Amino acid sequence: MLRRITVVERTADAGNESESSLIARICKGESSLFATLVKPYERRVYVTALALLRNDADAQDVAQEAILKAFANLRQFRGESKFSTWLIQITVNEARMRQRKQHAQLFEPLVESNDEEEGTYTPRDFADWREIPSEALERSEIRTLLAKALASLAQKYREVFILRDVEHMSIEEAAEALNISIASVKTRLLRARLMLRDILAPDLANGWFSRAPFGKGSKPW
Amino acid sequence: MVVSCEQVWREISNYLDGEVSPELRALMEAHFRECKHCTAVLDGTKNIVHLYADDRLVELPAGFSARWQKRLAESMPSPRGTVYGWLIAVAALALLSGSFALARFDSSPLAALRSYHSEPGVGVPPEMMVEIATDGKTFHVPGCKYLHKHEHEAEGEVRLVAAAEAIREGYVPCVRCLRQYLSR
Repeated sequence: MLRRITVVERTADAGNESESSLIARICKGESSLFATLVKPYERRVYVTALALLRNDADAQDVAQEAILKAFANLRQFRGESKFSTWLIQITVNEARMRQRKQHAQLFEPLVESNDEEEGTYTPRDFADWREIPSEALERSEIRTLLAKALASLAQKYREVFILRDVEHMSIEEAAEALNISIASVKTRLLRARLMLRDILAPDLANGWFSRAPFGKGSKPW
Repeated sequence: MVVSCEQVWREISNYLDGEVSPELRALMEAHFRECKHCTAVLDGTKNIVHLYADDRLVELPAGFSARWQKRLAESMPSPRGTVYGWLIAVAALALLSGSFALARFDSSPLAALRSYHSEPGVGVPPEMMVEIATDGKTFHVPGCKYLHKHEHEAEGEVRLVAAAEAIREGYVPCVRCLRQYLSR
């Protein structure tokens, strides 16, 4: 089992009590504390917006809108879920609204799965992968490859993958933020992971990332 | 009892997340020992989860923090015109007169910016510990290599202080290590 506890999660868990007292103080009029409340989650808000919109300018704008909306509606937050989940839920809704306005569905990604969600996804590539060191991410071409692969997934897979595997939300939190069932999160996550593996296998499984930096004329593309 | 490759692919994500029963886990592990294809799928999927979990994949754009905090501050209701507003105004006036009185004893409650070309930070956590050099203009994350030190100063004259104090002394955020607190 992969154990992935991030700094954000640890901070959020340790700070749950102070978070609820912060929220109470903000609701009583100490508005300036709202920035302190949101700061630990600003990256998650931006990354979520970016994952959905795939455009930095729109993502920044939507992230700001989501934060403002959370501030305006903080009194409606009942504390039944984590504040971070509620904030991401607002971000997802804002991003979806922006997409609808822009008719983004006309530009849906190229890699769509034809399988029904319930059907079995058959991996296409069975290349043997060595463990890829995280130092590989120092190289911008690796980061670009990963970002492009993620952007090529259909939105329903992309958004689940981002919340779960990039932003480390639990399956339950991701389901709540996206307003889908836990079973759907699991099924979409499975597909997202296997599809990304298939997309990236030709480049990553053969270990070219570990070779010396590309010289003139030796680029693999 | 054995599991097929198809069953393994269906559960591989749950397996990685620890969401399968101990019985199924044991069956899958037995399958991985025998099946190279499924082991390759497992290793590749593990790699995917591992690589995408890294924060370096997406960096926050420079100035993002400052921009949303600025917009948030602008969106907050102005106390002007309300009863609270008047109370705050009266309190502010009292504070102001108090500070004039204090100024007779302390001539520099807030130093002017040390760098005319820079700008004060936005949203700097006041309790954050930062480093300043006596003869410098900017405050830094401890260890920042751009901290200005004069070679002739053997003592170093570098202090670790709270950001609030550095700001009070007129220091501004380093454009390299604390760029997220600059509005542009």
